[in-house]
Amino acid sequence: MNAWVFIRFYTILVYTFMFAPIFVVLLLAFNSSQFGGFPIEGFSLHWFGELFQNDAIMRAFRTSFALGLMTALVSTVIGILASLALVRYQFPGKEWVTTFLISPVLVPETVLAVGLLIFLRWLHMPRSFALLLLGHSIIALPFVVLVVQARLVGIRKEYEEAARSLGANPVQTFFQVTFPLLMPAVFAGALFAFTISFDNITATIFWRPSGLETVPTQIFGMLRHSVSPEINALGFVMICITVGVPLLAGGLARYFSRKKV
Amino acid sequence: MGDATVGLDRRPVLLLTPAFFAIIALVVIPMAFILVYSFYENIDLAVDKVAFQFGNWKEVATDSYYHNAIWKTLRISLTVTVLAALLGYIPAYFIAMTKFRHKWLLLLLLILPFWVSFIIRTLSWIHILGNQGALNGLFVTLGLVGEPIRMMFNEFSVMLGLVHVFLPYMILNIYVSLEGIDGNLEPAARTLGAKPWQAFKEVTLPLSMPGLAAGSLLVFVLTGGSYVTPLILGGPSDFLFGNLIYDAVVTELNWPMGATLSFTLLVLLGAVVVIYSRFMGLNQLSKAFG
Repeated sequence: MNAWVFIRFYTILVYTFMFAPIFVVLLLAFNSSQFGGFPIEGFSLHWFGELFQNDAIMRAFRTSFALGLMTALVSTVIGILASLALVRYQFPGKEWVTTFLISPVLVPETVLAVGLLIFLRWLHMPRSFALLLLGHSIIALPFVVLVVQARLVGIRKEYEEAARSLGANPVQTFFQVTFPLLMPAVFAGALFAFTISFDNITATIFWRPSGLETVPTQIFGMLRHSVSPEINALGFVMICITVGVPLLAGGLARYFSRKKV
Repeated sequence: MGDATVGLDRRPVLLLTPAFFAIIALVVIPMAFILVYSFYENIDLAVDKVAFQFGNWKEVATDSYYHNAIWKTLRISLTVTVLAALLGYIPAYFIAMTKFRHKWLLLLLLILPFWVSFIIRTLSWIHILGNQGALNGLFVTLGLVGEPIRMMFNEFSVMLGLVHVFLPYMILNIYVSLEGIDGNLEPAARTLGAKPWQAFKEVTLPLSMPGLAAGSLLVFVLTGGSYVTPLILGGPSDFLFGNLIYDAVVTELNWPMGATLSFTLLVLLGAVVVIYSRFMGLNQLSKAFG
């Protein structure tokens, strides 16, 4: 039992290590001090006000949102189709196909970024929003495939077969049976893709056209000097979005699925 | 697909086409272009000439600056991986074995960091280790030191930041393989006379190796490809190989050199992936997302 006490204590320490720094950012967002660090001088919402009046940050937010939503759309559509093939059909070389679909994860993002940039340069095309969209989509695709595939395995084929045998045509079956059953997988994949795009900085720094900032590159640019209180406030808002939305979605999904039963 | 699919169902081929097309156009072809560009010649800022010469490769092969960067990157990646394994194994074991009613909460907390912005998690260490950070504030208040001590912008803070960011990958992978172990095995070993530690060492630890290996691979490759963390948490001499690529492409606009360095990194980290997949196969990697 002594060992178990040690294991529990160690686990608490590691969780503290993981969360204490994040908690400190959340805390400092409300610090009234002129500087981004300690000591805490008082409670203030001042820096949130500054944030919403900062045009550059607001612009970066809009860019990141648009980019994230479009990335989610592109990679989820492609990812769902590929996952359906993997889960629903038997074909030779399936294992090889799965490895190929996941392979972009194994390419270091820095290398992926430089490669795509050089390809574009060869095509005489400038950096653009479209490059960011395509690039983010390919980074998100393997994760979408993995997540969606895991969800799809749980959906039984018998439901569709039952619908067909009861006289539904293939189109009806897809929209009235398959698609509603797919929805949680679609949603999980899209959410994952959005988060990956919204958070990406490693490749984005290479791909963004000059003058275009996403939220992470904007923060990166602001960091050159020091951590400003505005960055803390921005961090607070970002954490609320990227943690709050999936939690809320997960909670709602649970609530509704319980209601049905 | 080729001949094998003739006479078979065409639907999976159709479903897979968009994904295959995207990966070939956006990953495979660009990788080929990196190799081609590494033979080009850099003339001036952002000006390069189509050529087939080995100047860039010669520079990478002979200049000790690049050799040092490679060794440093491998050393830091290995250190970060070992630290993540040491920090991560026990919590993964705890989550897998606990009878705690709210185990889902521990798992949720494990996934939560993935949703917190990478750059926020990285810069948060400035608030812990910096001159105006929590630790210095604490030390000064307690009277342990008169002046804030310098703990930031060195190799230590870079490695700490990397461990912090990549640790959840490690824990999640180890947890998944521990969770898959038959819960009766360890008690069975105990019944047969093994001490608790022996039962763990002889039964559980070997069975959890695939997860430990998958987590280690991910942490190693992710660290090896990093360049943003050293820019935020490191000093001028704390660079990884990725920083050389960043400098070549973004700062010096030397595309051929950037391509050569990128291909070098791809081969280095690719070799690690290949060695891993020879022993483990790549299936384990996808299990953590189930």
